[in-house]
Amino acid sequence: MSSVIIENITKTYEKGIVKALDNVSFEVKSGELFGLIGADGAGKTTLFRILTTLLIPDSGKATVAGFDVIKDLKQIRQIVGYMPGKFSLYQDLSIEENLNFFATVFGTTVEENFELIRDIYVQIEPFKKRLAGKLSGGMKQKLALCCALIHEPKVLFLDEPTTGVDPVSRKEFWEMLGRLKERGITIIVSTPYMDEAKLCDRIALIQNSKILDVDTLEGILTKNKQNLFAVSSDNMYQLLKDLRAYTDAVSCFAFGQHHHLQVKTPTSSDEKLRAYLAHRNHTNVSIETINPDIEDTFIKLMQDA
Amino acid sequence: MMFIMPILQLIIIPLAADYEIKHLSISVIDQDHSTYSKRLTSKLTSSGYFRLVQYDNSYSKALENVGNGKTDLILTIPAHFERDLIKENKATLALAADAVSNTKAGLGSSFATQIINDFNNEIREEWIRLPRFNDLPQIQITNVNWYNPHIDYHLFMVPGILAILVTMVGSFLASLNIVSEKEIGTIEQINVTPIKKHEFILGKLIPFWVLGMISVTMGMLVAFAIFRIIPQGSYLLIYLFSGVYLLSVLGIGLLLSTFSDSQQQATLFAFFFMMVFVLMSGLYTPIDSMPTWAKVIAYCNPPMYFVKVIRSIFIKGSGFTDMLPEFGAIVVFAIFFNLLAILNYRKRSA
Repeated sequence: MSSVIIENITKTYEKGIVKALDNVSFEVKSGELFGLIGADGAGKTTLFRILTTLLIPDSGKATVAGFDVIKDLKQIRQIVGYMPGKFSLYQDLSIEENLNFFATVFGTTVEENFELIRDIYVQIEPFKKRLAGKLSGGMKQKLALCCALIHEPKVLFLDEPTTGVDPVSRKEFWEMLGRLKERGITIIVSTPYMDEAKLCDRIALIQNSKILDVDTLEGILTKNKQNLFAVSSDNMYQLLKDLRAYTDAVSCFAFGQHHHLQVKTPTSSDEKLRAYLAHRNHTNVSIETINPDIEDTFIKLMQDA
Repeated sequence: MMFIMPILQLIIIPLAADYEIKHLSISVIDQDHSTYSKRLTSKLTSSGYFRLVQYDNSYSKALENVGNGKTDLILTIPAHFERDLIKENKATLALAADAVSNTKAGLGSSFATQIINDFNNEIREEWIRLPRFNDLPQIQITNVNWYNPHIDYHLFMVPGILAILVTMVGSFLASLNIVSEKEIGTIEQINVTPIKKHEFILGKLIPFWVLGMISVTMGMLVAFAIFRIIPQGSYLLIYLFSGVYLLSVLGIGLLLSTFSDSQQQATLFAFFFMMVFVLMSGLYTPIDSMPTWAKVIAYCNPPMYFVKVIRSIFIKGSGFTDMLPEFGAIVVFAIFFNLLAILNYRKRSA
């Protein structure tokens, strides 16, 4: 069963000049932890705002838990939890007051659904009298998650919840999402971090207002098999230029300490490449055959698109 | 902060923005040097309105004084003033005023004219010497200033400024508050909740309504403590009108907030409207003396009614039935602006 169905959603800003979403369609299954992966400005937030009934799409249809985002906004607002990318709780209320406020707004109490937020709340409980504006980034996100969960939503929308959060808090945050998923809540999370893709059940890659692909991470990786070499030498800058000039090269990008080179002909041998680089006077050359990860795949899909 | 500022204004503005013209500087050019010319001069200075800065016979020096702002009025008493007055039964005087400040010039010359007329009558009485029976019919005018017998400027201004302060607390604080929610982004989080439009707007109205009522109370306390002004009418009536009026200005505030996206924008709106509110409310300039088109604007200006009502209750002690039309107007404003605000407030955007 699908919890969220999106069909041909298009949304433009500035009277059609700026395209935010271009004919986007995909489905999210019930109880799934779904990742929306894309760079800044790809259209993730716009999609979230449409699904949470804050924005009306130009065309297309979308339903959340069977309710239409245009017609049934009242029902949707009862059952979704939304955590905007920008911290938007009351900064001049304390942790406790924010929680109580949002519980009241949804016609429930903190006690009623305390089970759901217990794991998260215990971490910020020592600071419950502190004003939300005075919390650290990670704590703010935890509080925002608590507030989004307080009415026991069926579908949870998290817009870049880990942006600007330290690595430890990021890890904790994803563990919490895992536990929420076990309770049967459908979670849609957007992130610009590729490494978070492997923590999702399925992911959608979004770029320039278009969906590039929707699948499990493994599915996307196997579908997009590439012949990749990780290459390094003493002169990395010159190496990048030379690799891009290599006749068999499709693309080459810097990835940390190595350059990832994609070649046209499937081969496991690096003889030709080695000879080419030696000819170009590169010293200390190391070449490894590697399996593409999500970032390589994303770049490939971006180029294909 | 929210209360201290308006209260300071309430204390300072009536004391500073005083229309009573006292201590106008006057130069008397006496070319006659007679008893009468001296009597006229001392009558002018003893009236309390004028301060003699120059008394000689140099007109050019007096003009110089006007130029550098030392004197506001020049009275020229020509030579043979006394002789002409007695022999020919008439004499001329010249009165010149520095009209850079309109009110000063206007009021100054009318005060001076009045005093000179008085002086004229005195002289005539002296010369006629108790007629057998009036061979000279005379109309004597006696002035009575109703409700404000001593034309106390504070009694007039304090209630008016109180009304304007309530307007400020009501409309602009509320509008800034909602716009700041837009800026911080909290409104986004509120919009996804099932909270109803009218619930949200009521939630914003009520606290500011209460604040407005508190500021009315504090304003009345200040009026009593500093200016010894006590409303002649009933307190209940003041609160009734304030309550309904606050609803209408809060409606304006809410409407402004639905139009603006940032606090700067809202402040600019507020600044513009405040000018209209104050200048078109009859606080400083009477509505009756405005041109027709300006009157139309003034009649669409909610503070105009409230300033009028508060003044009537404070000074005249008007009752509810005296102010039914104003009450009706304020109720209509309240309904109109709030309805517009609710219709214009959107929880979602297109």
